[in-house]
Amino acid sequence: MLAVTQLQKSFVSPEGTRVEIVKVESFALAVGAQLALRGESGSGKTTFLHLIAGILAADGGQVVIDGAEMTALGEAGRDRLRAEKIGYIFQTFNLLQGYTVLENVVLGMSFGPRGADRKHAKEMLERVGLGHRLDHFPAQLSTGQQQRVAVARALANRPKLVLADEPTGNLDHKHSREALALIREVCRENGAALLLVSHDEEVLRQFELRRDFADINGALKEAGK
Amino acid sequence: MTLPLIIYRSLRQHALSTVVTAGSIALACGLMLCVWMVKTQSQTAFTQTTTGFDAVLGARGSKLQLVLNAIFHLEASPGNLAWADYEMVKRHPAVKAAIPLAVGDNLRGYRIAGTLPELFEKVEYAPGKKFAVAAGGKFFGAAPDAREAVIGAFAAQKLGLKVGDTFKPFHGLAFDEKNQHEEVFTIVGVLLPTNTPIDRVVWIPLKGVQTMSGHDAKAATDISAVLIQLRTPSAGFMLDMMYNKQGNRLTLAYPVGAIIAELFGKIAWFDQVLTLVAYLVALVAAGSVLASIYNSMSARRRDLAILRALGARRRTIFGAVVAEAACIGALGAAAGLAVYYGLFAGVAGVIRAQTGVVLDLGARHPVLWICPLGMVALCAIGGVVPAIKAYRTPVAETLAPTS
Repeated sequence: MLAVTQLQKSFVSPEGTRVEIVKVESFALAVGAQLALRGESGSGKTTFLHLIAGILAADGGQVVIDGAEMTALGEAGRDRLRAEKIGYIFQTFNLLQGYTVLENVVLGMSFGPRGADRKHAKEMLERVGLGHRLDHFPAQLSTGQQQRVAVARALANRPKLVLADEPTGNLDHKHSREALALIREVCRENGAALLLVSHDEEVLRQFELRRDFADINGALKEAGK
Repeated sequence: MTLPLIIYRSLRQHALSTVVTAGSIALACGLMLCVWMVKTQSQTAFTQTTTGFDAVLGARGSKLQLVLNAIFHLEASPGNLAWADYEMVKRHPAVKAAIPLAVGDNLRGYRIAGTLPELFEKVEYAPGKKFAVAAGGKFFGAAPDAREAVIGAFAAQKLGLKVGDTFKPFHGLAFDEKNQHEEVFTIVGVLLPTNTPIDRVVWIPLKGVQTMSGHDAKAATDISAVLIQLRTPSAGFMLDMMYNKQGNRLTLAYPVGAIIAELFGKIAWFDQVLTLVAYLVALVAAGSVLASIYNSMSARRRDLAILRALGARRRTIFGAVVAEAACIGALGAAAGLAVYYGLFAGVAGVIRAQTGVVLDLGARHPVLWICPLGMVALCAIGGVVPAIKAYRTPVAETLAPTS
């Protein structure tokens, strides 16, 4: 499903020196697999996910998703591939505040291959327990409910790969467990692979497959040396 | 539905600036339309307002003054001409009809004109349209000493006069309540609206003006002008030669429309200034769209980055911002049509009150769709700069925090 080889990304620091953030020799995720990556803040986890999602362009290396090479595409191609294959759950949910709950999900679908499907969007929201809040705006929802909208939006397009960046970082323990269970369950239902990054041990413990991001990110090892 | 939804929500989120910006566009669009339509319509209306006459004969002087005085009842008469001059031009074989006109008095600011009954009986003030009075009235008769009056529709309405009412004229063309004549005239008819300057005039028998108390007894047979209908257009050039080039005592104003067109030619610079101002206002309005959307870009950056992260292409974002600007332009242009109709109605009312010339509010002109569409296009162009800013929104940097 996901194959990453020799992926590199560096930024120019304010001092003018080039700092390597991500250097992944090899990383893979099978179809339907659910993997948790452990990593501290500032370790480059989000950059790694952005590179996989094509939000950032890599300096070098390859990211192949479901047979399509993200890193070989131009920006428009990456946008298209992201819309078709990837569902992204952000730590801060990144809901569109001026849009209703239903519109957030519909809009998330509209850039994908299936287009805006209000019926399916409603079903997804019902699936995450928000069928009665379709016309509410994000600010009218609790934090946990907002996270569920983000989950519904990320999964409504039936993506092959779901990327979750500290998805429970803003939730308390109870809501965190619930949200995580929901994400994993819906991914399983849809047959989507899940790559979750977190620094929260309780979250990480719930995954059978776990890896340290420090082990796969060569840039961290070199910085450590 | 994606693009309409993004545009709708963005307009709603920035409702105040949307309304203010659309309002400025509405004013610009309405002003441009009003300037254009008043200019073209008044030019057409004034040059076509001949009240059925081809030429005006008067004392030696300005042709424009003669036409304004005798046709539009606006200016003072350039001087008098003798009754014999009227008799002579009337008998000219090229002249179909000649109607004498004597002015010099007013009724509370509305001009009193002395003429013969033939004006109402024989003349068509527009092709196929003859004068008519409202029910219960009649034209004044042929008796030269009759103290009867026929009043134009607009003057009757503004003065509140009807058949059977009486009045005493005031001396001069400007109203001065101290200069009232002794003669009492009775209104015998109210003219049906002609939508010409005639509607603003109070008509009395020619002798009534000529022999009014206080007028110069030596000029009791003089008249102010002769309104002339010609048998053929070429006859006008013949009379022009006779009066204007060979003679030096009288002036023939011919053709009436061309003389008014000359006036518009002389004030063309004023039109151009007005048009320039209207264009500048439109540019400022388009600039306000640019500034309004551009200034709100900081608040929109996150939304745009989220949309990009969801898979929206850069060109989708670019298109959404340009389309939003165009929508603001469309809202403004639609409101601009309402502003135009309001402004135009006001201006047309003033022009009618001052000149009797009626501008048609329902008139169709290509500018009525070209201008609103132009405003939409201009606003869309104004949206390009913020759209470029939106296009360049860095997704990853905007979607903080990172870990």
